[in-house]
Amino acid sequence: MKARGLALQAALAAALALLAWWLYSNAAANLAARGISSGFAFLWREAGFEIGETTFAAYSAADTYLRALAIGLANTFRVAAIGVVLATLLGSLVGLARLAPNWLLARIAAAYVETVRNIPLLVQLFFWYAVITDSLPPPAEALEPLPGVFLTNRGIFFPLPGDVPQLSGFNFSGGAALTPEFAALLIGLTTYTAGFIAEIVRAGILSVPRGQVEAARSLGLGRRAELRHVLLPQALRLMVPPMTSQYLNLTKNSSLAVAIGYPDLVSIANTAMNQTGQAIEGVAVIMAVFLTISLSISAFMNWYNRRSALRGLAA
Amino acid sequence: MSWLRRNLFSSWPSALATLAILWLALRTLPPFLDWAILEAVWRAPDPRACREAHGACWAFVTEKHRFILFGTYPFEQHWRPALASALLIALWIYSSLRRSWNRGLPLVWLAGLALIGVLMWGGVPGLPYVENERWGGLILTLLLASFGIALAFPLSILLALGRRSRLPVLRAACVGYIELIRGVPLISVLFMASVMLPLFLPAGASIDKLLRAQLALILFAAAYLAEVVRGGLQAIPRHQYEAAEALGLSYAQTMLRVVLPQALRLSIAPLVNTFIGFFKDTSLVLIIGLFDLLSTIKVSLQDPAWSGFGVEAYLAASLLYFVFCAAMSAYSHTLERAGPDKLLARS
Repeated sequence: MKARGLALQAALAAALALLAWWLYSNAAANLAARGISSGFAFLWREAGFEIGETTFAAYSAADTYLRALAIGLANTFRVAAIGVVLATLLGSLVGLARLAPNWLLARIAAAYVETVRNIPLLVQLFFWYAVITDSLPPPAEALEPLPGVFLTNRGIFFPLPGDVPQLSGFNFSGGAALTPEFAALLIGLTTYTAGFIAEIVRAGILSVPRGQVEAARSLGLGRRAELRHVLLPQALRLMVPPMTSQYLNLTKNSSLAVAIGYPDLVSIANTAMNQTGQAIEGVAVIMAVFLTISLSISAFMNWYNRRSALRGLAA
Repeated sequence: MSWLRRNLFSSWPSALATLAILWLALRTLPPFLDWAILEAVWRAPDPRACREAHGACWAFVTEKHRFILFGTYPFEQHWRPALASALLIALWIYSSLRRSWNRGLPLVWLAGLALIGVLMWGGVPGLPYVENERWGGLILTLLLASFGIALAFPLSILLALGRRSRLPVLRAACVGYIELIRGVPLISVLFMASVMLPLFLPAGASIDKLLRAQLALILFAAAYLAEVVRGGLQAIPRHQYEAAEALGLSYAQTMLRVVLPQALRLSIAPLVNTFIGFFKDTSLVLIIGLFDLLSTIKVSLQDPAWSGFGVEAYLAASLLYFVFCAAMSAYSHTLERAGPDKLLARS
């Protein structure tokens, strides 16, 4: 039995090594035939394309591919970070609303969850992008739902303290602006992920035994104190692992930006691949970045689980 | 009346919430109904009628429905993808019935998929050959999802068994594969198949784009399904293994006759949930240039005469996807409610 196991494993290792060698030699031959030099040297060459929007750092077409990819990564982090915060808020509200004693509120929350979860995220992104670019008015006839906030087909404009957006020429200037691409991606990621977070919040709260609530009531705690001191601390412990995986999903899903033209890491890597033909390196960069994010988050999760297990609270 | 009191006006905050919702509904529903139904244009031979109207332009959908459903498949042959789609849906409904969960099911699928292949490709008397570059629309979405799941499923069982194996090299290979795929976005796996894979094939060999995308979807789905199957395997108590060992069954016999039949039945509800996610994910093939359902809708919008009706087009797309996903999700809820004993019972 032992010998058979060893032989099986040796055969598997040999087969994997053979496969890797076969793929490597094919790739080397193909790259040589196409005159593509493999390796990451292209990262220091001039990118030569513009990027629609940048986060934190300046960029021009004369910069390197490396800088372009870094800008893309920063854009990914920007949409993911804001998305995580907004999705958590919206998801918690919807999850609590599903448990509300008000029938109408609970039904609406349930319908929301069913709707966003049963439609592909990509369809929702295209929908929001179409809502912004096809149905919002041009800047000259901008909608102003709140004073200083303007909705137009060129983007969404917010006032900053002492800096209110002003219509100048064909577009607004001043204040803070969200491009249509960023706004569509952010709205899509937020509303989609909130549907999943709502279910986690609901399951977390339902998981707290009824006796705990009754005990809190008999101690004379108000509804708010009951939520804050009894329900949430226990529910949160169960909610953290699935929530982290939703945050990870949101970050991975932000790669759909490539379909609506928001310059995230994936869409910049895609442009770089098309320009240079360095497909292997481009895909490797994307995978390495996302793997790093995923593995760090699962390392954090393992640490968190160990910590709460030590306290003897997590089962 | 007492129902209203109890469910809508039980307390001050609840009553306020009810009133706020009613007020919002009164403000938003009438204009929305005006747009979506009363002032909408349902049929129009040319888009001018739509541009003059204030309502939604559903005429876009009625005008383009053939292209949206069947893509660039030869027009007079559209009955073939239509029949193939119906057959595929029938296969899914058949597989959802508890009494068809037996060893015959893979054979039914094999026969069904072969029949669909003949229908779509043709090349037999009476059915002219249609190359798969011309396949598109709904059938492509259904095919990518069905073939994807049908081929990923056996692979995922092997991966799940490998992950729980006592052999360290085998276990490491399976864990590495599963975690790698689950750690990266689907789009990077699709890029790998569409731009990287051709570089890894020997000179002269090539696989067409549809098959490459299908391969990527299979490899992707297998990693996620493997985790679901692993969950099912973990639910099988130790004494089942020990009983099998006491009977002198080999590893293969233990798995095939004792463990897997129970583990798979237990994991059907989470498997359906994974499949819903996978069905939605097939829409990503649009990014690498395949003509799935979402892609044909997007391409229809590029017709300059009909551009600017994106909201209507994507609402129609949402409705189509919703029907499929909501049906599957309702099915998985009934399974969850049935509970493990009923799922394990032989029928």
